[in-house]
Amino acid sequence: MGETTDWKPTADFATLIKRAELYKTIREYMSANAVLEVDTPILSHSGISDPYIESVKANSRNYTSDLYLQTSPEFCMKRLLAAGCGSIYQIAHVFRDEEQGRHHATEFSMLEWYRLNMNYHELMDDVIALMQVLGLTVPVKLSYAEAFDQVLRINPHDGDLPALRSRASKFGLASENLDKNQLLDFLFSSVVIKQINAAKNLIIYDYPAEMAALASIRHDDYAIAERFELFVNGLEIANGYNELTDVDEQRERFTRDLNLREKNHADLLPIDEYFLSALDSGLPICSGVAVGLDRLLMVLMNKERIEDVMSFTLVNN
Amino acid sequence: MATYSTNEFKLGLKVMLDSDPCSIIENEFVKPGKGQAFNRVKLRNLKTGRVMEKTYKSGESLPGADVIELEMQYLYNDGDMWYFMDQNSFEQFAADENAVADAKQWIKGEEMCLVTLWNNAPLSVAAPNFVVLEITDTDPGVRGDTAQGGSKPATLETGAVVKVPLFIENGELLKIDTRTGEYVSRAKD
Repeated sequence: MGETTDWKPTADFATLIKRAELYKTIREYMSANAVLEVDTPILSHSGISDPYIESVKANSRNYTSDLYLQTSPEFCMKRLLAAGCGSIYQIAHVFRDEEQGRHHATEFSMLEWYRLNMNYHELMDDVIALMQVLGLTVPVKLSYAEAFDQVLRINPHDGDLPALRSRASKFGLASENLDKNQLLDFLFSSVVIKQINAAKNLIIYDYPAEMAALASIRHDDYAIAERFELFVNGLEIANGYNELTDVDEQRERFTRDLNLREKNHADLLPIDEYFLSALDSGLPICSGVAVGLDRLLMVLMNKERIEDVMSFTLVNN
Repeated sequence: MATYSTNEFKLGLKVMLDSDPCSIIENEFVKPGKGQAFNRVKLRNLKTGRVMEKTYKSGESLPGADVIELEMQYLYNDGDMWYFMDQNSFEQFAADENAVADAKQWIKGEEMCLVTLWNNAPLSVAAPNFVVLEITDTDPGVRGDTAQGGSKPATLETGAVVKVPLFIENGELLKIDTRTGEYVSRAKD
């Protein structure tokens, strides 16, 4: 006798089949564009320093130090790029702690790819081409500043904190003492993306420099992160960069991130020195993007909840 | 009272907001991929019924509200307060007019009502979904008109006024849906 009744998959069969078709289409697209499929490990001795991404810790009796499940395959893939393997892609399971909701699962699937000698605008075209193969409409491109200007009539780059605070509280933000990035994150996700009616699908690009993560930074009137995100029906689907190739700046960003994490009492993970050494040896000029495959399936299958497109989740596994 | 962190937020959780007890009726985790996580929450103020949307940085907490719901029997109204009894503890509770605002027009005594207590005092009272009440005043019934068409107002023994079909007579017992305030059928004695 089994002890539970909820052993069945949370996704219906049509969705499980659609996932198989989606992966096949992606592999055909990548193959046609001479992008090589790679496979890198999920477990690592080091982790990420992103201020707002938490890693899941793993233990092994073979090692005295903690291991971490990847939050994205980025570091290993960039080491492959530095080693000279050309444009590459990977379909991988990734893990992010403290993320659970209608659009979030602790474990989810990611398509990540890197194109050599492409800038991030060219990579946006590549993303759009793949989305078209999948039957999605061509997104409208707007800069982060244009999107804020359209909806809120404010310039997100000029850093007027009191103005941001008062707008945020007007839109129902109950928390106090948030910094500029946190306020922009709130306004962007709760107001701008919800209210912008330019099109069903959007690409937002050129983020404030503080949100660069691993993207290169350009100095216009303001410091701009050469980063973009794809939104389909308001749902964040993809995040891409003109990749930062400067090892010294990368190390500085790691340190700055870790300082912020320390201030927020977040875990401090060991920095990936293999990744930094690879950057030091020379990362070719490239752009890269990560696509949330479960959310993409949600959009393609018109599903409301992420578990509706997953075979099993931590609720029943 | 305990405090609840955003990761403990769930539907029906009772929390204090601006010194009023509220019930969480929607809770959505919102997080830009690389950015700060938030919980976008819809709350119903249990005193006013007003619904508001608030967003909290994930990890923040709200104090819990000492709110419980108990099935109680309606006893009587002394002109000022409405009295209810918990039939398990035999404890009696007095509800003011605010608390019985909607329920009072449907109850005459002995009904089992859902009473929401905040800090051990009635905050709101929900009448049973269906009640049976006698008509005390309505125009004379129109014979034969059982099929269709037309309605007329009827005053019930509690003072509530409902719309009834034309064939209904004074003194009849009616089954009423208190959630919609609508006539359902004649009640069998």
